[in-house]
Amino acid sequence: MISRREFCHKAVIAVGGIMIPLTALELFDPRRLAAEKGGSGTTRWAFLVDAHKCVGCGFCVKSCKIENQTPYDSNVSRTWVERYVVTKDGNTYIDSPKACRDGFTTTKIDQNHQGMKDIRTEDVAKAFFVPKLCNQCDNPPCVQVCPVGATYQTEDGVVLVDRSWCIGCGYCVMGCPYGVRFFHPEHHVAEKCNFCYHRITKGMKTACVDACPFGARRIGNLRDKDDPVTKVIMTERVNVLKEEYGTKPQVFYLGLSMEVK
Amino acid sequence: MKNHVLRPLIVVGVIVASMLVARAIVVPSDFGVHERGYMYGWHRLSNEQEWKAVQVRYKTSAGCPRCHPDKAADLANSPHNIISCENCHGPALEHPKDPAGYFIDRSRTLCIRCHAKLPYGNTPRGRIRGIDPDKHYVQAECVMCHIPHNPKPTNQKQEVKS
Ligand code: HEC
Ligand code: HEC
Ligand code: HEC
Ligand code: HEC
Repeated sequence: MISRREFCHKAVIAVGGIMIPLTALELFDPRRLAAEKGGSGTTRWAFLVDAHKCVGCGFCVKSCKIENQTPYDSNVSRTWVERYVVTKDGNTYIDSPKACRDGFTTTKIDQNHQGMKDIRTEDVAKAFFVPKLCNQCDNPPCVQVCPVGATYQTEDGVVLVDRSWCIGCGYCVMGCPYGVRFFHPEHHVAEKCNFCYHRITKGMKTACVDACPFGARRIGNLRDKDDPVTKVIMTERVNVLKEEYGTKPQVFYLGLSMEVK
Repeated sequence: MKNHVLRPLIVVGVIVASMLVARAIVVPSDFGVHERGYMYGWHRLSNEQEWKAVQVRYKTSAGCPRCHPDKAADLANSPHNIISCENCHGPALEHPKDPAGYFIDRSRTLCIRCHAKLPYGNTPRGRIRGIDPDKHYVQAECVMCHIPHNPKPTNQKQEVKS
């Protein structure tokens, strides 16, 4: 026999469980599925990084942190610059002190708990800098894993986070293969680069693009055939990060080296 | 219908109704499937507007020459002409109204992010004239001897030499 209390208890759980995916009962609309596949708007933002041009000054990181109010002295940042030093004996050393907020000012390479490694000039085979930011993937895995619909993609391809809706579960932080997501130290919700959505939707460039003195960062609209960035992406030998993951990243790199992870 | 069937049904009905009401209150009306479809488009539509409304802090250096033509002219003819004013002076925000005393960064950190010598000849960094920040006049700010807007012809470097 089921007791009265037990009955109410089970009924609440069962009804609640049915209620959560209630929106899934919405009628299926093929037009929406089409939009999901192709996208119809006139804008699709894409980013072009020319790794040949970067000197690792970190002005992009500095301006990003100030523009987007990421606490300046915290170690997290929406964008960062990595230094790769390949030695003649075939080792690769990578670091990004403070996300490169103050640039690279020493030859010593931060190897975390192994301390600072100073590589002698004559041992350096090659060295280069690689700026990183959110790839605004066409198939964003971070969006797929969000259980509450707090992160999503806009029509123009930018992945945003709804700060009031995020529950801070951290699935998206784990789900991003590029490690661009982190918890905002003040808002305590998932945070990521959004191509300075408040700037690009006003016709401006992102803060990092405006800050870069060397033209290593550019942003453009893939759906505009005359956009200079689109032309470069369509006609030159560009590369993306971790193509094998099938995320279809929309940050394209010129001069990417095989050591870059 | 018998009482012992009807009563539990009423209880369940009340639970369903109250949860529907709670759900209608908690979930915003603009929450749903939007442009990017079922897979990527689940969200609260008004959040897009919230992101668009974020304040722009860096206004670019396009407006600076109007009020600081001398500085702009100096910079334009120098090897530093690639650097935006705001990189060294911070975000313009509502300047000249706000911030009142606009920021002037005289720290060595500002300059050594490009000028600390790194032996990476294959990158443009290796080709920027570099100094060793631990040896090059450690006691002083760079701008004591170099003019940041035009480090080339008129800096104290020449005076020191002559
Ligand atoms: C509308 C005219 C105007 C524009 C545009 C303008 N400024 Fe100014 N700026 C002023 C005035 C007036 C002052 C003096 C205000 C004061 O001393 O408090 C000033 C002061 C400054 C100072 C501080 C000077 C000092 O001695 O403390 C700096 C640095 C500066 N401006 C840089 C810039 C930069 C960089 C830009 C472009 C982003 C810019 N200004 C755009 C009018 C302007
Ligand atoms: C490489 C960094 C750098 C750039 C780029 C730069 N400044 Fe400056 N600026 C400085 C520094 C450092 C000082 C302080 C100089 C000093 O104390 O001798 C300064 C001082 C000033 C001052 C006030 C002090 C004075 O000498 O009268 C103004 C105004 C100013 N800058 C405007 C500008 C404007 C406008 C631009 C862009 C066209 C610009 N700056 C670009 C570094 C920079
Ligand atoms: C964004 C990177 C960057 C920053 C920041 C920067 N510079 Fe430069 N500087 C350059 C480049 C590029 C050149 C031109 C290439 C060269 O001659 O090395 C240059 C040239 C110079 C020169 C040599 C001029 C000559 O030809 O004799 C001096 C001196 C100099 N800068 C001083 C400074 C000082 C002082 C600061 C800080 C206020 C500063 N720089 C900040 C990039 C930078
Ligand atoms: C006490 C004055 C003084 C200070 C302070 C100073 N410099 Fe210099 N700097 C000079 C003189 C003099 C030269 C030219 C002679 C030489 O190479 O030492 C020079 C040369 C340079 C050069 C050109 C080097 C080359 O190979 O042609 C750069 C770049 C430079 N300084 C950057 C800086 C930076 C960045 C700072 C701050 C971290 C700084 N200086 C601080 C006096 C100074």
